Amino acid sequence: MSDPTAHRVPLDPDVIRADFPLFERDFGGRPLAYLDSAATSLKPRAVLDALDDYNERYTANIHRGIYTTAEEATAAYEAARASVATFIGAGSPSEIVFVRNATEAINLVAHSWGRRHIHQADTIVLTELEHHSNLVPWQLLAQEKDADLEFVAIDDQGRLDQQSFEVLLRTRPRLVAFNHVSNALGTINPVREMTRMAHEAGALVLVDGAQGVPHGPVDVQALDVDFYVFSGHKTLGPTGSGALWARRELLDAMPPFMGGGEMIREVHLRHTTFNDVPWKFEAGTPDIAAAIGLGAAMGYLGALGMDRVRAHEQELAAYALELLPREVPGIRILGPRDPAERAGIVTFTLPGIHAHDVATLLDREAIAIRAGHHCTQPLHERLGESATGRASFNVYTTTDDIDRLAAGLRSVQRVFGAPDAPAATDGDRAVRYPVGSHG
Amino acid sequence: MDDLYRDEILEHYRRPHNFGTLSAPDVSYEGANPLCGDRLTLMLDLDEAGTVTDVAFTGRGCAISQASASLLTDTLRGRSSAELLALGKDDVLELLGIEISPARLKCALLSLDTLQRALAERPADGVGTAPDGHA
Repeated sequence: MSDPTAHRVPLDPDVIRADFPLFERDFGGRPLAYLDSAATSLKPRAVLDALDDYNERYTANIHRGIYTTAEEATAAYEAARASVATFIGAGSPSEIVFVRNATEAINLVAHSWGRRHIHQADTIVLTELEHHSNLVPWQLLAQEKDADLEFVAIDDQGRLDQQSFEVLLRTRPRLVAFNHVSNALGTINPVREMTRMAHEAGALVLVDGAQGVPHGPVDVQALDVDFYVFSGHKTLGPTGSGALWARRELLDAMPPFMGGGEMIREVHLRHTTFNDVPWKFEAGTPDIAAAIGLGAAMGYLGALGMDRVRAHEQELAAYALELLPREVPGIRILGPRDPAERAGIVTFTLPGIHAHDVATLLDREAIAIRAGHHCTQPLHERLGESATGRASFNVYTTTDDIDRLAAGLRSVQRVFGAPDAPAATDGDRAVRYPVGSHG
Repeated sequence: MDDLYRDEILEHYRRPHNFGTLSAPDVSYEGANPLCGDRLTLMLDLDEAGTVTDVAFTGRGCAISQASASLLTDTLRGRSSAELLALGKDDVLELLGIEISPARLKCALLSLDTLQRALAERPADGVGTAPDGHA
């Protein structure tokens, strides 16, 4: 992100793989073809070392102790916050609240900002593409406040229908919440343009960046959004790490989410004054090691350069979109056909073979994919699919992994004796997105 | 593990036994496995004593869940409700005759779970419907 010339050299995943100890493990004479990075990413040694360092050399609680290790721990924790701020273009580290994951961040906003600002008959606009974590917290809030939820429709390639969005904005919603990148279809959404439209309609904007931050450059100020959340564990960081970013004035005005230690300034028996942001939102001892590990992940990815990460994964997506329809007869690939509109996520179905059977058989060949609804049941209902398979990529993914997937899918078809031609479309499965042949 | 997808299982998946509907079932119940999206509607005809006289199922799902439903429904006719409510997971795994990993156990047991819920929730008048309206 800093030196533009360094980033013209493409990433070399074979070099990068040496940083990820999981590839040293033997899975029947070969490494694991890990194609489930959208669920959680693997962790590089730099992150594991940062965790060990804190746990072995300077374990202490933060913001309390007046001794060496406590000061080291506090400094490392706050340095990690600063790394996250720099990584996503925040104006100040004080706008970064550490949370366990994107889900917790969305719940924090729904409870703190939402319960104060969403009233009866107010509208919240969501989309058909959302992960359950960006649906359920708003359902709970809408039920409590008797507010309305509306959903931006998707087109036949799983892209948000901008006309449907424009119409919904006429309801003058209080909040628009959508993902940066769909975890199920890989669709990259036009965040900046949608934010401009939402602001013109008087709404605030929350973006679920769980699949955004790990896979490309993010600048929250340039995007001009109001809330942005992501999970550390999908971003090469440890489980238990994640962040909420919000504009400082929003955070300042928001009431606390949870009460307890750390988030206070003065506590009396009957009342309390609260700490400044971001600590106001970090009640209790946080996952200190995870936050420090996330800081190390930010450093690792920053050194690779997120524009190179994006280029690498777009190339993998293009490779998969070209290879799979050619090698795997009848495969249906969902989502945008143009790799420029899609992150490194390829979701598919094989006619006549359930995704869980596909995943079980691939596992025998040391290929890990996700099978099911990927926490997007409403989207799968909309697509007319009960379950799909999903291969998702990261910095360490190679074209060899995708070759193994293609060969693995062929052998799944052999086990099932599947026909070489696509099966007839079921009547109840209205929406199909063939890619390749004549899609 | 290697015969998880042995021919008999795949044969039951491709051509499941008792697949279809009954015209006026005494009990009809839809079971679902939300994790995989598998759905199974089980229909039973029972005599006054609660003995199964006929059975049919519809639905869609993975090979394991469909084969298990096919194999299990083959064994139901002539058996009493009490006997069927006493069946356990090992009875189904024995029918399947394959080793099932923990992640796939729910697929294998969907048919048994649906059967036992159907029998347990059978209303006094003997006419049941899917409680979640998915019939």
